Amino acid sequence: MKKCRARIISKKELCEGIFDIRLRTEIAREAKAGQFVLVFPNDPSRLLGRPLCICEAGGEELRIVFRISGPGTAKISGISEDEEIMIEGPLGNGWDIKAAAGKEVLLLCGGIGAPALLQLAKILGSQKGKEGGPKDVKAVLGYRNASMNSFLASDFEDAGAQVIIASDDGSTGIKGNVIDAAKTEDIKADVIFACGPLPMLKAVKSFAAEKGVPAYISLEERMACGVGACLGCVVKTAAKDAHSHVNNARICTEGPVFEASEVIL
Amino acid sequence: MRDISVSFCNMKFKNPVTCASGTFGSGIEYSEFVDLDRLGAVTTKGVSVNAWEGKPTPRVAETPSGMMNAIGLQNPGADVFINRDLAFLKEHDVPVIVNVCGHSTEEYVEAVKLLSEREEIALLEINVSCPNVKEGGIAFGTDPKSLLEITKAVKKVSKKPVIMKLSPNVTDIALMARSAEEGGADAVSLINTFTAMKIDIYRRSFVLANRTGGLSGPAIHPIAVRMVYEASKAVKIPVIGMGGIACAADAIEMMMAGATMVAVGMMNFHEPSLMTRIIRDMEAWMDETGTGRISDIIGCMH
Repeated sequence: MKKCRARIISKKELCEGIFDIRLRTEIAREAKAGQFVLVFPNDPSRLLGRPLCICEAGGEELRIVFRISGPGTAKISGISEDEEIMIEGPLGNGWDIKAAAGKEVLLLCGGIGAPALLQLAKILGSQKGKEGGPKDVKAVLGYRNASMNSFLASDFEDAGAQVIIASDDGSTGIKGNVIDAAKTEDIKADVIFACGPLPMLKAVKSFAAEKGVPAYISLEERMACGVGACLGCVVKTAAKDAHSHVNNARICTEGPVFEASEVIL
Repeated sequence: MRDISVSFCNMKFKNPVTCASGTFGSGIEYSEFVDLDRLGAVTTKGVSVNAWEGKPTPRVAETPSGMMNAIGLQNPGADVFINRDLAFLKEHDVPVIVNVCGHSTEEYVEAVKLLSEREEIALLEINVSCPNVKEGGIAFGTDPKSLLEITKAVKKVSKKPVIMKLSPNVTDIALMARSAEEGGADAVSLINTFTAMKIDIYRRSFVLANRTGGLSGPAIHPIAVRMVYEASKAVKIPVIGMGGIACAADAIEMMMAGATMVAVGMMNFHEPSLMTRIIRDMEAWMDETGTGRISDIIGCMH
């Protein structure tokens, strides 16, 4: 865990408002799938890092894919190739990859939740069929509509996942959300990994409970420190949290990945 | 030979720099970034007798050169704090200032009784200024008479020197500092955060679930300097100055205004190793300006 400078290797806009930035940073070496970094806008009046999930990490290269959701992320998206930016990480717990061993895995990716699952898909794809690896990996990627260019869908395919596309208005793939698509396709799953907007994660939680399978979900919340000090980013928990001794867990430290039944959304 | 140590409440601190309560956890959280032994002191997150849940989320929001928070003093309670956090800090060579909170005089008194038994604690800082806790908290810290009474009550039972942490949400900070002094406080620390509000104009909703939150960060630093100046001029007891300190110059400025020690708050989130950098840069400033003892600058603007 460190804070350091990272150089921009490349920047692309995947669809309106969604950016794909590759950075050169030593933080990539330590990064695990499902962890996140704080990215600090190059603006002295915006002092907090933006928690952005790690989309891919390999060697000294870190990939982040994020949506402009306010002035801070807008500033980050405006950075040019060869510029530098401060990042801190890797932070958080990451996905429990062992939970996929021998299982039919379903990745549910809602919109800008997809980047949080790509590194996991790559790891699971490379382990598929091997001892300790998953039996199979399917990914449902949900979008608002076709204008989102099914961003990252081909990356999930390249990772070895069978990809199903869904869109709210049916302009691409199956009409409906990721749960609708999983039901339409009658996808068998022994374990679910999901990231997306809160209403989707609530639906994933009840879907998994209905099916009686574990679901690991990655949460987001506004945060200040990213290291568990400020207690800004908590989620309500079903049981008393071992660290806080109240029914709150720190998303930055105990999370961002939780087993869905542990948290109250 | 330059001397960056300061004497505060009859104790010697290796340098004047600590953290503002709530911005540094118990030190554990930042120990990968900061050598805690380098700090003047570690000031912990507020502790109450029993565990507190805190406020709903969103609890934080960024503002220009600052942030707002409404955490609501979530904490695991004194027992867990003593057995886990304090046990961790005991292994370090750094004095510990424990921030204490309560909903009522009785709760403050009980927490102070419990904590002042611990030899690993150097000082207690009484949080009577949290803008996010209505009962206790700021209710005590914005009325001079209530502040006087709560100070007397905790002083009666405390075996440790007591620092009263003052709220800036008052008209006359000097009056508040004098009330704390009259109540027997050994020191005051200021400023806590300013009560503030932020509205999402598209959703027509409050950005923080608590509607209001405490504003901190460099945006408020000049106000903090003014208040530290006014408070320290009004009392004989020493002052810990805080509010948006972002660099050594800010810390030196705060000491010139009258602070014996300084605390770094929100900026720890921006730069986790900031406190150690400030200490280094203060030393460089002393060398550059031929300042032999940092304590010589305390209140030099009075």
